[in-house]
Amino acid sequence: MNRYLGQRVGFTLLGGLTFIVVAPILLVVGVIVVNGLGALSWEFLTAMPREGMKAGGIFPAIVGTLLLTLGTALVAIPLGIGGAIYLAEYARETWFTRAIRLAIINLAGIPSVVYGLFGLGMFVLFSQFGTSIVAGSLTLALMTLPIIISASEEALRAVPTEFRTVNASLGGTHWQGIRQVVLPQALPGIITGVILGLLRAAGETAPILFTVAAFYLPRLPQSPFDQTMALPYHLYVISTQVPGMPLQIQYGTALVLLTLALALNLCATLIRSYFRKRRQW
Amino acid sequence: MEKISVQQLNFFYGAKQALSDISLDIEDRKITALIGPSGCGKSTFLRCLNRMNDTIPGTRVTGQILLDGENIYAPDTDVIGLRSRVGMVFQRPNPFPQSIFDNVAFGPRVLHTHRENGLAPVVEASLQQVGLWDEVKDILRQDALRLSLGQQQRLCIARAIAVKPEVILMDEPCSALDPIATLEVEELMRILRANFCIVIVTHNMQQAARVSDRTGFFWLGKLVETDATETMFTRPSNKLTEDYITGRAG
Repeated sequence: MNRYLGQRVGFTLLGGLTFIVVAPILLVVGVIVVNGLGALSWEFLTAMPREGMKAGGIFPAIVGTLLLTLGTALVAIPLGIGGAIYLAEYARETWFTRAIRLAIINLAGIPSVVYGLFGLGMFVLFSQFGTSIVAGSLTLALMTLPIIISASEEALRAVPTEFRTVNASLGGTHWQGIRQVVLPQALPGIITGVILGLLRAAGETAPILFTVAAFYLPRLPQSPFDQTMALPYHLYVISTQVPGMPLQIQYGTALVLLTLALALNLCATLIRSYFRKRRQW
Repeated sequence: MEKISVQQLNFFYGAKQALSDISLDIEDRKITALIGPSGCGKSTFLRCLNRMNDTIPGTRVTGQILLDGENIYAPDTDVIGLRSRVGMVFQRPNPFPQSIFDNVAFGPRVLHTHRENGLAPVVEASLQQVGLWDEVKDILRQDALRLSLGQQQRLCIARAIAVKPEVILMDEPCSALDPIATLEVEELMRILRANFCIVIVTHNMQQAARVSDRTGFFWLGKLVETDATETMFTRPSNKLTEDYITGRAG
């Protein structure tokens, strides 16, 4: 009987631990939803901020975050997937590729504020993009690249070698094999990596702090070289920098950011399950 | 007349020699079976014939293999083009996770031999040739992996012949199949013999005896004996061959 008891104790213990992990997340989401829901209105989502951000909406911050995410995607997706294809399909194992992989792993571990400072030096000052959407997107893309590359490389390597062999045996070129067989199979994994990366980019404050984010700019950006407000930084500003800010607006902003993130996440899950259904090896 | 002529072929995985001094003529429109115990080099030899071993790092080949009189190991050989002339069927049925149609159309598509709207006749003809057409003509858009293993293997053969190769290499094509599916594939080989040069590697000596015209016996990386299948299985000239065929060695 003893081992059955052990089994029950083990399950109970693991279940309890899982609950401890999940409870705070639910709590955070719950608190934000309960406190923020009241702030949500058509005006809040579509109007410019007024009266020192204490009234009006957060429209420019929403647009700013969407633009930054889009800019990040435009840079990071082709570079990341391209790099992953090179590493997984073409590069031979040499000290050079090992160094690249090591660098990618290390890049993923660098604190985001360091990316922010690098972006300030590299894109804002040296490349003279100024404090702008371009500089911010490039900085965020840099931060996102390691996530996209490692997820995509892993997804590509998970595709059975056999498919590449069969492609070769039918007279296909290496690239045709990648394009026709390997990439479609690896796509769900790649998409997951891409969305996780973009999710992180959309929510980061430190990298945009010095490179793009405007403290208070009640208009939409006029060009890619314009500054913009952005949700995470706006949230930081109204939570710490503006005295007497109504709590509801803070929670409302947090709720919008959270919803945006969840929506992206949901997209990833849907796309993945759609492709999973079709994959059978 | 011979389609392929192998001359003093040696093959190395790094420092280890896997094939020594193989010379063999393979005739067109005949089935040549290669038999021998596991690890004797028969699969390695088969993969030399379409240079599939090239993809394995650290391998080295000496000697030559003439396909229609031209050395496929010559430095200016178009290796990718070679593989569209020498097709291959693998041990495990391995259709792509795509539709039945897309599987057969794969080769013509990558080789750009047909326009997209000219693919249907090629697909039909290939499936007809392997006797799969009547079974799948109504489900061409269905996922190929939903077919039975035997059907999948015949689909893989259809995929290989859609490229219109001259030679088909088969690496133990029935070892994952049940006896009935095995017989179907063997029957198919006899039909394909009319149009192709077929080389089959098999563990199954009855299979070699049933389907092949000529048989080569490999042992420890050497080609011990090669002869007409009937002669080989009734009056082998080498003692080792006789011991292997009768089950006393191997």
